[in-house]
Amino acid sequence: MSSIAKHLEDLGTYCLTALEQTGRTFNMLLQVIWELLKPPYRLYPIVRQMYFIGARSLILIVVSGITIGMVLGLQFYNILQRFGSVELLGAGVALGVIRELGPVMTALMVVGRAGSSITAELGIMRITEQVDALECMAISPDKFLIAPKVVAGLLSVPLLTMVFDFVALFGGYFVGVKMFGVAEGSYWNGMVDAVHWADVRLGLEKSFVFGVLVTLICCSRGFYMHLTKAGSQGAEGVSSATTDAVVLSSIAVLFSDFLIGALA
Amino acid sequence: MKKINVQLITGVFVVLGIAAFAYQAVNIGGASIRETPGYTLFAKFDSVSGLRTGGIIEAAGVRVGTITGIKFDPENYKAIVSLRINQGVTVQQDAIASVRTQGIIGEKYIKLSAGGFPEQLKDGMEITETESAVSLEELVSKYIFDGSNSKK
Repeated sequence: MSSIAKHLEDLGTYCLTALEQTGRTFNMLLQVIWELLKPPYRLYPIVRQMYFIGARSLILIVVSGITIGMVLGLQFYNILQRFGSVELLGAGVALGVIRELGPVMTALMVVGRAGSSITAELGIMRITEQVDALECMAISPDKFLIAPKVVAGLLSVPLLTMVFDFVALFGGYFVGVKMFGVAEGSYWNGMVDAVHWADVRLGLEKSFVFGVLVTLICCSRGFYMHLTKAGSQGAEGVSSATTDAVVLSSIAVLFSDFLIGALA
Repeated sequence: MKKINVQLITGVFVVLGIAAFAYQAVNIGGASIRETPGYTLFAKFDSVSGLRTGGIIEAAGVRVGTITGIKFDPENYKAIVSLRINQGVTVQQDAIASVRTQGIIGEKYIKLSAGGFPEQLKDGMEITETESAVSLEELVSKYIFDGSNSKK
């Protein structure tokens, strides 16, 4: 009987911790917005973070974009060929990439490449008491550490998504037109006919949301590491916080993708 | 050792991203920065079932305009469609606007057929001759119904 009670207690604690962390993350967002409105305004930290989150992810995004485009081209071609309607290839690849795969894949890539290192960086700053040192010098860590990262995420992820989409369309073109011999005109024109401005806008909106979500979750996981159960365990705590951040932000991306898609 | 120019590389990244976005928005998404020059005509239809805003207006198979709005007229239960006709395209007063389908299951569009009157329609005027959307189901049911009738 007491073991059941213990399990219930564990479940309750788990739920409370999860709620607490959600609250902290949201609170951090408000804090960041507030800090951004206050002077002094400094642009260079944002540029630096954009270099790290955005520019250095560019090669990864280009490679994965081409690959996704080629895979889509291949699979759509196989299916469409059965119905004798390969002229829909361009439309299929473009809609799939611009509406869904572009924003989601880009966000997941950013989580893996930049998100994990954001959490690790902030976590280590926390356990080596660098955050406390900043607070001692009356420098707001929210403004100095978090805000540039969130703004850079908000700007970089949409830009990366656009590069991803662009490259993926050419990946599909390469497989469909150059390998399987779909007419070049039907590939591009089918794309132009099928994709409307609303589709491009949906992809863009998604990527803005993902950009904020990913950087915010990763920042709060690292920054508030000392408040979690594993936080007092030093290096091990950093590793578990990083794992948590990657898992959580991936789930957040996929779930909010569904939500935005359902709302639109 | 050469120092990496962070600002330069970030700048290149931002320009690349914006260029990719502009390409998609303008070339593929078809967002026009300014309205293409032209004029607007109106037409009343009994049914525009399946027709959508942003649809194509064709004359002789060539795209000559865009459907900019579809409204319901509660007075006489008709649909009022605004047609944005490109500049340089003239529409005669007795031209016929008909709702057609591309292929069997394709998208609906409006087809303009030439009239014989010398007078041209101007901005804000109405195309009086219209043909409504043909519903495939109605045609099929009509065929079945007529078939059973003729046997009697």
